Amino acid sequence: MTHLPLDQQLLDSCAALLLLLSFAMLSQRRIVTLVNLYALQGAVLAAATLLLAWRTGEDHLYLSAALTLALKVAFLPWLLHRLIRRLDVYWDTEPLLNVSGTMLAGLVIVVFAFALAQPITRLADTATRSAVGIAISVVLLAFLMMITRRKAMSQVIGFLSMENGVFFGAMSASYGMPMVVELGVALDVLVAVLVLGVFFFQIRERFESLDLHHLESLKEHD
Amino acid sequence: MNALEWLTQLLEGVVALAAAPALLGWVNQCRAWLQNRRAPSLWQPYRNLRKLLHKEVLIAENASPLFRLAPYVIFGAMVLAAGIIPSMGTRLPLVASADAIALVGLFAAARMFMALAAMDVGTAFGTMGARREMMVGFLAEPALLMVILVASLTSSSTALPAITEALASGHLGLSPSLAFSAVAFVLVLLAENARIPVDNPATHLELTMIHEAMLLEYSGRHLALMEWAAQLKLFNYVCIGFALFLPWGVAVGAIGPVGLLVAVPALALKLAAAGAGLALIETVSAKMRVMRIPEFLATAFLFAVLGLLVHVLLGA
Amino acid sequence: MITPLPKLLVGCIALLLGWVAVGLAGLLRPRSVRLAGRILFPLGALIGFALAALAVTSLLGGGIERMVLPIGLPGLPAHLRLDPLSSVFLALLGATAGGISLFAGGYFRVGQGTAPGLLGLQYHLFLASMGWVLIAADAYSFLLAWEAMALTSYFLVVTEHRRPEIRRAGLIYLLMAHVGALAILLAFGVMHGAGPLTFHAMRTAHLSSGWAAVAFLLALFGFGAKAGLVPLHVWLPEAHPAAPSPVSALMSGVMLKTAVYGILRVALDLLGPPVWWWGLVPLALGLFTILYGALFAAVQTDMKRLLAYSSVENIGVIFTGIGLTIVFAGSGMPAVAALALLATLYHCLNHAMMKSVLFLGTGAVLHATGERNLGRLGGLIHRMPWVAWLTLIGALAIAGLPPLNGFVSEWLLLQSFLFGDQVPHTFVNLLIPMGMAVVVLGAALAGYVMVKFYGVIFLGRPREAALEQAHDCGWLERLGLAWLAFGCLALGLLPVPVIGALSRVSAQLVGAVVPQTSAYGWLLAPVPGRSVSYGPAVLLTATVAVVLLTVLAVRLLFPQRVRRVSAWDCGFGALTARMQDTAEGFGQPIRHLFQPFFEMQRELPAPEDSAPRYRIVIRERIWTLVYEPLCAATEGLANIAARVQQGRISVYLLYSFVTLLVLLAVALLS
Repeated sequence: MTHLPLDQQLLDSCAALLLLLSFAMLSQRRIVTLVNLYALQGAVLAAATLLLAWRTGEDHLYLSAALTLALKVAFLPWLLHRLIRRLDVYWDTEPLLNVSGTMLAGLVIVVFAFALAQPITRLADTATRSAVGIAISVVLLAFLMMITRRKAMSQVIGFLSMENGVFFGAMSASYGMPMVVELGVALDVLVAVLVLGVFFFQIRERFESLDLHHLESLKEHD
Repeated sequence: MNALEWLTQLLEGVVALAAAPALLGWVNQCRAWLQNRRAPSLWQPYRNLRKLLHKEVLIAENASPLFRLAPYVIFGAMVLAAGIIPSMGTRLPLVASADAIALVGLFAAARMFMALAAMDVGTAFGTMGARREMMVGFLAEPALLMVILVASLTSSSTALPAITEALASGHLGLSPSLAFSAVAFVLVLLAENARIPVDNPATHLELTMIHEAMLLEYSGRHLALMEWAAQLKLFNYVCIGFALFLPWGVAVGAIGPVGLLVAVPALALKLAAAGAGLALIETVSAKMRVMRIPEFLATAFLFAVLGLLVHVLLGA
Repeated sequence: MITPLPKLLVGCIALLLGWVAVGLAGLLRPRSVRLAGRILFPLGALIGFALAALAVTSLLGGGIERMVLPIGLPGLPAHLRLDPLSSVFLALLGATAGGISLFAGGYFRVGQGTAPGLLGLQYHLFLASMGWVLIAADAYSFLLAWEAMALTSYFLVVTEHRRPEIRRAGLIYLLMAHVGALAILLAFGVMHGAGPLTFHAMRTAHLSSGWAAVAFLLALFGFGAKAGLVPLHVWLPEAHPAAPSPVSALMSGVMLKTAVYGILRVALDLLGPPVWWWGLVPLALGLFTILYGALFAAVQTDMKRLLAYSSVENIGVIFTGIGLTIVFAGSGMPAVAALALLATLYHCLNHAMMKSVLFLGTGAVLHATGERNLGRLGGLIHRMPWVAWLTLIGALAIAGLPPLNGFVSEWLLLQSFLFGDQVPHTFVNLLIPMGMAVVVLGAALAGYVMVKFYGVIFLGRPREAALEQAHDCGWLERLGLAWLAFGCLALGLLPVPVIGALSRVSAQLVGAVVPQTSAYGWLLAPVPGRSVSYGPAVLLTATVAVVLLTVLAVRLLFPQRVRRVSAWDCGFGALTARMQDTAEGFGQPIRHLFQPFFEMQRELPAPEDSAPRYRIVIRERIWTLVYEPLCAATEGLANIAARVQQGRISVYLLYSFVTLLVLLAVALLS
């Protein structure tokens, strides 16, 4: 057993928690809980960023931690909760693949992600390099969640969770992206959610449901 | 091996026997408080046991000797399990002969006897209960074993005292893989002890019951032993949780009187906290449909496997 | 040769010939059940026990004996060899066959099928050929014995040859056996290089790594087909139910193990030090086999089919162990490889004992009731207490419960799995611990299967009125069952001496032994470098003590009387035996959960049916996905080839003429 310093252990724990939360989201059918899990993931991410900032002394990381906290823990969940109430979508319907199957697929994805991360891990010399695999897993798991859900709401949350993964990956591979890029991405996410929110209302007005299979009827009949 | 170790061994068994009903009573009390009901006394499980022990025993006409043997075997297995789990001290004479895998095997043996006894009388409920119990078992048992194996990878031994000592000595600190295993373990604990999201211990509602369906034919002292065994099982599971995740207060290494003096109150405190936590989980969650249970347990199993994966990947 | 006479080997050959003689003696009066049942089969059992004793002596001696008999091909006399590896499997053969023969003495009656005397001949030739396989030391005598084994067991499978489905099962078995034998033949062909066909020459031949891998894979295919490794397992669930129960027990308990012997011999002995990645193939196939076998066992309704699938599962466990052994041995971890090998060998012994108990138990049930369908049995523990209680030991053992024997090998296997993360190959050290999850799941599923098997047959209430007339089995059958059940107990309670003896094999094959086998002399503690131990005897003593104390305390303190009443029926008043779970019902959760695995056909009762029966037929997708296309392709090829057959003499003469011309042309050109 190697003795890792405490902050390293904490960072690893944060990474594991992120993965845990991704899997929890994968197995969750209630949209309200999904939003809460997303907020929790944001919080863990903020904590990890803060830890890394403290460890490396890179000031811009403090800023991104604050940004994460404000945007992903407070604002977006609040917005989503509001959306849920307004749209009255509390539950997703039966997912396309059952939960055990999804989880099993998730497991395979994690193995794959770690295989993928190995060369990066060998190149990077950051303290958090072992977490790159987890970041990729989070991205791919979020993708998987988007694939298996029917309701647009859960897909948006999947999209947001994916962004969390990207953020965490950038952070652990190279101590975060340049501030400009980070701000840009944050803005993008914000705008995307707002646009999608508007979209939801449009979809519901058109089909009286948020179930995405209705969109299939939009294709041209042959 | 000295006399004190044997004494601790004996003490563990006796404490488990004595405290197991109280743990259940405490969980019930907490649940009642959380649900704004008047709580039953902490001693209610003891009263129930006494009442049952004094009652006449009714046995179905076509019950085989297996039916009468099962309560004793199950009870014995649970008492023995209590002796193996290092709840107070890690130097126990009996632990050398059974590691964590054997412990899971012991639980499996108890389960199998329970299911066989339930099928023995040949009623619809009995067989249904047995089938459901085995359904829970075939997923919960590997999940539990995986949880334990993750912990044993961290400490390089499947002997429970070694795991506890490695964790209690603190040089492992935080280990992310244990976070996954802990979640898995809680899910398994709920399922294995017929607690709320999986089974409702307080009802005989036909369509949802698992554990109670298997006990329908038992009465008198046999039922008392079965109930007591169930309480012991809950106690044992909680203690396994302590041994794997919260080993603080356990007398590590050679056992002295001081160690025991710390260990007993520490155990009591941890039990109280765990009981309250269990009551909280049971209050905030709703009973699921029977066919959702495999999903629940598969989640537990996969979490445990994921813990294993994270352990191998992160090396901690 | 001036070496001293190999006493043990000679004794071994004499005993095998003894079996042949016993078999031939049955031909004196082929129709006499008394001769075969009361004299010959018990005699065969005695020979079996003697063989086991001899093999154990040889194992404990640890020596290697060689011998060359001047029979066989010109230039290739029969080479024989008795070493620790063959001794272990000979002991397995002798001890298991002894118990089964005792049972068989009481089992066979005059029936529709083969006459008892002839059956005895086939049976004892089968035993002798299995023994010969284990001591053969050249490819020719090995394959000869191997084919003899396949043929005699084929005849045993089709004992009741008047039923068409049994003939079909026999055909599938024969086909798979021959495809497998072909692969083994090719493997030997690759291995011997340019030297003679003796095993000794193969050991010293230097193969290139590519050819060695080819030989290994061919051997894996051949022996895997015999052992029932998925996807080559298809004959098992057909042949086992078709054969008479003692034969099923023998095939499942012993014959499958000869295939394990074969792969161990080839991979770890003849091919020299193994390459680590070879191990991944049997490991992956083994893990898949575990899951596959367990799932299909859980949904069966025929009790012997259920056991056949359970055998598939156990073969998966054994091959997983073999895979681990090779991976560890090839990665420079010999002590751990020794541990995995011990787990493998131990599981072979265990499975021989417990599966024989179960098959013989079903045989007794079959005789008493004439019923193989689980849905028509029930409550037999009251009518057949001997069979029921002895079978219970086998069922608990195969479910992997301590302190019985199934648990020991499972424990050893899991302990060796725990070293998986130290294999020096990234990604593999990640996947190996994942394999542990499958093994554990398989063990838990085995418990499910056994509750279903035992509960539906022996517990509850009889589902058919005819079952009230069922009778317990005779004393010879009880003796055979009791011996095998005793084997389960002994292997479970005394692992230390067994491991000590098996260590000689690990010394021979992977060149290492586990550093120590026991702590304090009675605790099993074979895990290298880790302080972990298991003491089944202590565990059993403690359990029995606690149980006895509880019984005493409860009886003394609360001596309330026991009253027999009818079962509680919720006030319904018309509880019948038909309300119990059937086998279909008990397997429902598995069917529901693993739906994609199964190809199901349901037969639902009509609404107005007064005695409704719910039936479900489950087929393996592998038939429609692999075997049927394969059969169709073969048939198509055969049809094309059939065009050659014209029926006219002149055309045939033309063929000969053209062949002659081509050959002459070749000769001319070269």
